[in-house]
This record gives sequence, C-alpha cells and structure tokens, in this order.
Amino acid sequence: MSVLVYIENFGGKLKKQNFELASFASKLAESTNSTAKALVLGTINNAEIEKLNQFGIEKIIKVEGESFNIRINKVFTQVIEEVVLKENVSMVLFPDNNTGKALAPRLSVRLRAGFVSGVVSLPESYNPFIIIKRAFSGKAFAKVKINTPTKILSLAINSFGLHEKPVTLKIEYFETQVSFADVPIKMVERKVSENKVSLFDADIVVSGGRGMRGPENWKPLEDLATVLGAATACSRPVSDDGWRSHDEHVGQTGKIIAPNLYIAVGISGATQHVAGVSRSKCLVAINTDSDAPIFEVANYGILGDVQKILPKLTEAFKAFKGD
Amino acid sequence: MKILVCISNVPDTTTKIKFTDKQTRFDPTGVQWIINPWDELALSRSVDLKEDSSNPVSEITVINVGTSETEPTLRKCLAIGADKAIRIDSEPKDAFFTAQQIANYVQKESFEFVVFGIESGDYNGSSVGGMVAEILGVPSVSSVSDIKFNGSSATIERDVDGGKEYMQVQGTTVIVVQKGFAKEPRIPNMRGIMMARQKPLEVLAAIDSELLTEIIEFNLPEPKAKVKMIDPDNLQELVALLSKEAKVL
Ligand SMILES: Cc1cc2nc3c(=O)[nH]c(=O)nc-3n(C[C@H](O)[C@H](O)[C@H](O)COP(=O)(O)OP(=O)(O)OC[C@H]3O[C@@H](n4cnc5c(N)ncnc54)[C@H](O)[C@@H]3O)c2cc1C
Ligand SMILES: Nc1ncnc2c1ncn2[C@@H]1O[C@H](COP(=O)(O)O)[C@@H](O)[C@H]1O
Repeated sequence: MSVLVYIENFGGKLKKQNFELASFASKLAESTNSTAKALVLGTINNAEIEKLNQFGIEKIIKVEGESFNIRINKVFTQVIEEVVLKENVSMVLFPDNNTGKALAPRLSVRLRAGFVSGVVSLPESYNPFIIIKRAFSGKAFAKVKINTPTKILSLAINSFGLHEKPVTLKIEYFETQVSFADVPIKMVERKVSENKVSLFDADIVVSGGRGMRGPENWKPLEDLATVLGAATACSRPVSDDGWRSHDEHVGQTGKIIAPNLYIAVGISGATQHVAGVSRSKCLVAINTDSDAPIFEVANYGILGDVQKILPKLTEAFKAFKGD
Repeated sequence: MKILVCISNVPDTTTKIKFTDKQTRFDPTGVQWIINPWDELALSRSVDLKEDSSNPVSEITVINVGTSETEPTLRKCLAIGADKAIRIDSEPKDAFFTAQQIANYVQKESFEFVVFGIESGDYNGSSVGGMVAEILGVPSVSSVSDIKFNGSSATIERDVDGGKEYMQVQGTTVIVVQKGFAKEPRIPNMRGIMMARQKPLEVLAAIDSELLTEIIEFNLPEPKAKVKMIDPDNLQELVALLSKEAKVL
C-alpha cells in the first residue's frame, strides 16, 4: 500500500507547502505501514525534487513533458488516476489551494473515492477513517468519515508544519497513456510574474483596513512589511474602493490565509474578514477602538492611531533585527 | 447559449454557528439563509452578460439541491435575473450526491457553461463543481475571475500561482468562480421581485446515489485566550513577546 502526495510544480521550483504536504503524507504512511510517494508533473530539475527526501518521501514518480506545465484539469486527473492504480495507492493527498480544489474532486469521481477538503490534522482513526476538516469558514470543524477504500484529502496550508525525516529516495519516470489531443480547451495567454511572493506563502502578513484612511497612507504599512519580509493584504472595502489591488483582499470572499503572524492595521474584525485569517498562528491588531471585534480574536492588541503606531513599530522591529 | 448557475443555500455570513442533536447537526434556529456569496457573484455576472446584447447568452437557469426551505433563495435568484429555477428535492447529503443530481440534470438539458462557486459557506467542500465536470467528462476551469465573449467564443481568465492564465473552450464547460468574477452582487429591484413570481420554479425528484463521505460530528474551536494589550509607548514589549512567547519572528 502507499500514500501518494501530489507535488505542485511551481515553475520548476518547490515551495514550503510542498514540504509540509510531504511531511503529512509520510506521517500518514507511517501510521498505516505504507510507503510515502510523490507525483510531480512538468518541467523540474531532479535536484529540486530530491529535496523531498528530507520529509520522508521514498519514491517520486515524475511525468515529464512541457505540455504538463499548464494545468488542464481533465488530463491531469487522468494521469493521477493512472499512477494511483499502478502504485497501489490507498490515500491521495493534495494541497487545499486552487490546484487541489481543481483536481481532487475530479479524481474523487474517477476513483469513486471519498474526498475531504481542508483537513487540519492527522486522522482521528484509520478504521473507520475519520478526519477533521474546517467548516463554516473557520467558525467550526467537522468530523468526516470516509466510506470508500481509497481516500482523498486536501490539507489546509500551514496547519501541520514541517516534520523532517530523511530517507533514501528514488525517482521513477512514468510514461502516461493520456493525451491532450481530444480535450477541447487550450491556454491562449499567460501573465505570470515569477518573483512575486504570494499571500498564501508568506509567513508574515501585514494587512490594512479602512482605518488607514486612504491609499496615500500605505507607505508606513509597506515599510513595516519590508522590515518583516512580509506580504501585504487588505480588507474587502479597501480593495473594493480601489485603494489596494484585488489580489490583496483577504477574508471569506477573498483569500483565505494562515500565516504565522497576521498584523491587522485599522481593521474592525468583521466576521467575514476574520473567516479568512482565523487560522493565523498569531494575530496582532492595531485599532483606536477598544471595542473593535478584532480584539476578540487577536493575541496581542495595541490601542492607538495607525499613523502614529506604524512608524514606531517598524523602528522596534528594525532594532530587533539588529540594524 | 445557455448558462446554468449552481446555487448553494447557506447561513448568512454573520451567523453565530451552533449545533444540535449531540453536535451532529447544524442548528438552523433563527438563521437567515442567503445565496452562497460566490454563487451570487456567478449569477450576477451571468445576468450582466445576458443583458449586454453583444454577448451570446440567451438563458440563465439556476439549480439547487435542497428541501423546500431553499425556495426563498431560488426566488431571490429569479428576482436578480435568472430566467428559471430548478430545485432537486433532497437534502444535499454529500458533495458526490449533490454533484450526481446536478450532472443528471445537465445531461438532460444542454448548457454551454455550468457555473459554480469556489466553496459553499457551510461545509467548505470545494468539491461539487469539479465532481460535476468529471461525471460529465467535460473540461473544468477553476479559480475563474473573468469571462469575456468575442462572438460565440469565450475567453476565461483563471488565477494561477503568481498571475493569470487565459483559456479558450468548446462545448459544455464547468467553470468554478471566485472573487472578481462580478464586482458586486446584484440587488434585486422591485420589478425583478414582481417578475420572479411569474417565473418557473420546477421541482424534480432526486436520483439515487451512493454517499462517499458522512459528517459525524461538528465542533466549535476552542475559545481564544484574552487579548494581551501592549502599551503603545513600549512596542519593544510586543517584539519580545512575538519572538519569545508566540515564537513567530
Ligand atoms: C457576504 C459578505 C462577504 C464579505 N467578505 C469580506 C471579506 O472577504 N473580507 C473583508 O475584509 N470583508 C468582507 N466583508 C465586509 C465586512 O463585513 C466588513 O465590512 C469589512 O471587513 C470592514 O472592513 P474594515 O475593517 O477595513 O473597515 P471598517 O469596518 O470601517 O473598520 C475600520 C476600523 O479601523 C479603525 N480605525 C479608524 N481609524 C483608525 C486609526 N486612525 N487608527 C487605527 N484604527 C482606526 C476603526 O475603529 C475600525 O475598527 C463581507 C461582507 C459581506 C456581507
Ligand atoms: N446543494 C447544492 N445545490 C446546488 N449547487 C450546490 C449545492 N452545494 C454546492 N453547490 C455548488 O457547488 C459550489 C461548491 O460547493 P461545495 O463543494 O459544497 O464547497 C457552490 O458554490 C455551488 O455553486
């Protein structure tokens, strides 16, 4: 038996979330006396994927070919199915991100295998198979039982962490029988900036709300983010009003993120906002209103005007970082 | 060109979540039900597209798998501008069950686009759209933030890590939409509400389907420890706490 983890190929690179998934897969394998394997599609150096050996992955199945650099969900799912059948896989693991959300449900139908998305910890039991997932946009958890022999899971990012377990790893090349030819979909254009840190990957996020009082006041927030090596985010009205770009909108209807540290600057903490950030490990809030709901979910709070606090906070972090 | 928008009926986003029957069921007492926010965006944009006569969109149908209690939500969809509503009369038991019902309906009618939200606000499954696509054996494009028509051909914009990709499709396609697909949800006006009363809301029986998963219990998160307030004149204290206590620096 084996556990298969789908390793997303980020333009030839791996990210921390891949290693977290590998860690989770290898724990699942350990608990079920099986082998942790990984599947990678598209162009990527072996040196890069060999790093997965630090996290318990014993075998990588590599499907090469430039056509696999663009995700065509229907085709990718068929390739994953082939590998699942060949490798005698009983659990398949995806990231709970755009890619996982696109592929895992399709695979669930192909294999008639129960799929649970957004799982936050290891299974509570294996027989019956019971696992906990996020529900009601972070306001609750659901315990779900999977009734089928093969199980598919997607892991909420930054919920398990990295667990090192160095092993020897082999890479095997897989020739797929699947073709792109008869799928009536094609990519016509691509606009990707490779160097941008995605909000999903950032360990620290500094986020501004309407309490920032206007787009012209964002410089101090950006300075703080720079000192911390953080990504910047915002509340929904801030992006709706065009103060900041839509990619920065976090919350129930924007991005759902789980950084180690989230700093909410002039954000009231509406439930729809909190739904997008409640899995952050630590939340700091800066607000002039001591009754702002954000203080109910924050670990640390500062009562005060953002324009006065931000520069002082930046100085304090600079001093800490030693320059 | 016909569009089907799949509508999940969910508790209002400000609902205080409670459970009943030994934590096995969501407690609907006093809950306001709404169109799932992404589905509302999906519908709003579909109506915008139809209203602009340069687009080939001719008819918008909405579908929900649910009990009669979801009908006010479907009526609201009609008031926003859907032409007709379908309700498959059953509790949506799990994602695969729900997907089977929708796919079965799509197989009987013909739609160019079958549109879903990225997740439902209650079970956060992110599943039904992809499942319907696979049952139908058609392409799916997910994290879709825009769609543009040029004559009869559509270009779909999807978000990928670090940017956007633009896809062209032919035939029935499943699209799963997220933020950006519509700027704002459309608010039904008086005329829309009046017209909705006359529009068809058809109720169909559910088909049999197996359940791949079952929810056995719900839990609320542990209550958070009380916030620690930091003196604004002593921000070094915050830095020290973040580094030593929270260990996040
Ligand atoms: C269906 C639905 C979905 C939604 N989805 C989202 C979502 O995904 N994300 C989201 O963010 N919102 C979402 N919202 C909106 C949400 O309800 C709130 O309206 C929004 O989060 C408020 O944004 P804000 O905190 O920036 O602004 P406000 O609520 O206006 O809060 C501003 C805060 O700044 C403080 N402040 C003012 N001046 C200062 C100062 N000088 N210094 C320090 N603090 C100051 C104020 O005390 C206040 O607490 C959604 C709403 C609905 C109905
Ligand atoms: N009961 C339902 N009836 C119709 N469509 C649904 C239903 N449940 C979910 N959907 C659709 O599937 C999307 C994803 O839901 P989910 O997989 O439950 O997160 C929603 O945004 C809806 O578009």
